[in-house]
Amino acid sequence: LTTLARPDVAPTPEVIVDDLPARRAGWIDWVTTTDHKKIGILYLFTTTFFFLVGGVEALLMRLQLGSPDSTFLDPTTYNQLFTLHGTTMIFMVIVPVAAGFGNFLVPLMIGARDMAFPRLNMLSWWLLIAGGLVLYGSIFWEAPQAGWTSYAPLSTANFLPGHGIDAWIIGLHLVGISSVLGAINFVATIHNMRAPGMTLSRMPLFVWTILIYSYLIIIALSSFAATLAMLLVDRQFDGTFFNTTEGGDPLLWQHLFWFMGHPEVYIMALPAFGIVSEVVPVFARKPIFGYKAIAAATAAIAFLGVMVWAHHMFATPLPIGVLGFFMISSFAVAVPTGIKIFNWLATMWRGNIEFRVPMLFAIGLIAQFALGGMTGVILAVFPVDWQLTDTYFVVAHMHHVLFGGTAFGLMAGLYYWFPKMAGRMMSESLGKISFWLMVIGFNATFLPQYSAGLSGMPRRIVEYHGDNLTTYNVISTIGSFILAAGVLVTVFNVFWSIRRGRIAGPDPWRANTLEWFTPSPPPEHNFDVVPTVRSLEPMKDIRRSVIEREAALSATNGAGQPPPGKTAEPL
Amino acid sequence: MRGRSKPRTAVAVALLLAAVVTVLALPAHAGADLLTPEAGPTQNAQDTDTLYKIVFFIGLAVIGLVWGILFYSLFRFRARRGRRAPQIHGNTPLEIGWTVAAGTIVIVIAIVTYVFLDDIRDPVASGPASLAEARGQNASVNQPPPGGKALDIQVSGQQYLWRYQYPNGAVSFQEMIVPRDVTVVLTIKANDVVHSWWIPKLGGKVDAVPGYQNQTWFKATETGTFKGQCAELCGIGHAAMGAKVTVVEPGQYLTWVEQQKREIEDARKLVQVQRKQFQAEGAL
Repeated sequence: LTTLARPDVAPTPEVIVDDLPARRAGWIDWVTTTDHKKIGILYLFTTTFFFLVGGVEALLMRLQLGSPDSTFLDPTTYNQLFTLHGTTMIFMVIVPVAAGFGNFLVPLMIGARDMAFPRLNMLSWWLLIAGGLVLYGSIFWEAPQAGWTSYAPLSTANFLPGHGIDAWIIGLHLVGISSVLGAINFVATIHNMRAPGMTLSRMPLFVWTILIYSYLIIIALSSFAATLAMLLVDRQFDGTFFNTTEGGDPLLWQHLFWFMGHPEVYIMALPAFGIVSEVVPVFARKPIFGYKAIAAATAAIAFLGVMVWAHHMFATPLPIGVLGFFMISSFAVAVPTGIKIFNWLATMWRGNIEFRVPMLFAIGLIAQFALGGMTGVILAVFPVDWQLTDTYFVVAHMHHVLFGGTAFGLMAGLYYWFPKMAGRMMSESLGKISFWLMVIGFNATFLPQYSAGLSGMPRRIVEYHGDNLTTYNVISTIGSFILAAGVLVTVFNVFWSIRRGRIAGPDPWRANTLEWFTPSPPPEHNFDVVPTVRSLEPMKDIRRSVIEREAALSATNGAGQPPPGKTAEPL
Repeated sequence: MRGRSKPRTAVAVALLLAAVVTVLALPAHAGADLLTPEAGPTQNAQDTDTLYKIVFFIGLAVIGLVWGILFYSLFRFRARRGRRAPQIHGNTPLEIGWTVAAGTIVIVIAIVTYVFLDDIRDPVASGPASLAEARGQNASVNQPPPGGKALDIQVSGQQYLWRYQYPNGAVSFQEMIVPRDVTVVLTIKANDVVHSWWIPKLGGKVDAVPGYQNQTWFKATETGTFKGQCAELCGIGHAAMGAKVTVVEPGQYLTWVEQQKREIEDARKLVQVQRKQFQAEGAL
């Protein structure tokens, strides 16, 4: 009203907050919130829960494989365990955990007050919970047991007439809708709600990866919804999409499944790469090397990633020219991936590297992902893949990429952004213990699995008969428990630090991106004043302007000397 | 502070090294394929092994480079008080350089792959010595034929066993008997769900997909028994779906396949006789 009354004064935007509904108490506030930060934290706790569930499933399988001819688990239970383990870890942990970090961070990093569609955001989380309940509800009747790939015709009603696969279909439908809605929300937010001056070429690399992750989800999981619907029609409504005797085609399932399944790998990997691209420059105290090259490589990986799916099908009856195409396209993905790795190395080169826990996990990702990528190139050579596909070599490769790569990156993200989320630091010493346990446990678990695969051990077998496989499997089982201990130390660290951690302050790492401009934890509206962005590293500009203002202030006060301790710290 | 953290880092590094050494050393006693695939006495398995090794060592060199730069940087550029890192944002020639280098490496691997592909994929001719011996022993059997042709065996996968049909109509399950030095061409089918035929020492996998025919081949130059098992999840009996190929001298093969055929015919006749008996007794 004052600005309307005085047209000579330029109007300033104002937020009118006098008719906000009263806050609800405790958990009701959490499950009805539309605050992107709370939803992000809900996602992170949900995925941590599923991660522990999937981890227990993995340990049960490792116990079974800890000795030859083991009878600890029966084949049905074992098949159910690896089906649930794969489905849980992929659809209910790694994909939504990126949505968790993305939800918390994207609006803060781009200088927005919330996501574009806050209620849709909450719906996405609820759908994830619903999907989890449907999938895990099945264990009280009959759990799915056709693997996370659920190849037809094994997954059709002729061979698995129980309703486990139906629960798997419906559960994944719900989780898939959750992911697609979340992705649409990210795309809308990132394209429309960036702060003034935050051009695409000044956007933090983590936001770039979330943007590309979202586009990939929209492409891959929408098509997967159709694929799942076809299987449901076959199972429940006498469909014949995959039934050979009625003119259907089992290979159709494999093509459609991997058209989702391989982009899914990049959906899982790219946000972790984004985290590394944020963490490495902060702890090397150097700007990210080749920002545009990394952003372009991210887009290139996604583009190539949607045309490599049939490298999962090299042993099926496909024409040799098709195999050649998918080998070359898979090789092509190695190029932008290599670009990323070399840019991270160049960022560290001549840096001033501080070995804080987030940096350790980021280094772990680079070292281990490089090996996972290398074994991926071996698998892409299709005549070699004929020997190695469907063996433990593939299991080891895939965990090297998804655990040694993605999960280490997510751990880096957790240690890096926990102070922003909780307002307190996580324990460095517990973090380091967790890191080393995880490095040792991870490599002890999965390096021997390469050798087991090379020695002829197929994946998804409930038992093996000794021969040369026992040693590899015993080491792998011991390693898996060390790995689990490492994970539990971090889980303990989270709960301990929420209450006991050192107070973090707004910017404990002296980082570069906008989320550190807010208090920790950030207020519900994020920013009192949305800052104007002038470069890729807005926090450096903000710090510089603060120093300049203080210097100017002390100059006008006639003090001549800046107050002690204010400029001693190099920026 | 630094004084305290250094020994801890040293302990951690020592533990990591110990773990790596354990992982690498223990299975070495087993003498099994620690770093390379299984390769028995067939050309396709051996060529696959060679191709794998070439790609593996190229990969190892790249990994060595990445780890070398990484660990050198971590040591050389670790934080020191008072030092300020140069604020470099990038270097376009360097970016182009490693992009081209990465591209070149994968192109080289692709070319090497195609060099090896024919030898792995295309059946070779049967060995002449074996053929002569086989023909000499039993001329009435038309397999293995002369002139570089092959012995065709139909392989069908079903839950949870493999069935082999030989050219003379004989059938066997799980264990396949083949002659040495003869090119064996397998036509692979599935009767129910997807299976995957795999004998690691004889060559790569071939998926058995319902509604499709898939093919592979091998020519074993030594006798012996080679084990494998179904490699594609096919249900609760997946782990028990074993396969075994026994390579024998061509003469032995011909004797065996004839006997197998006779036994099956005898058994069939016996069943017919018994059925007639039962029918006569009114049991059926």
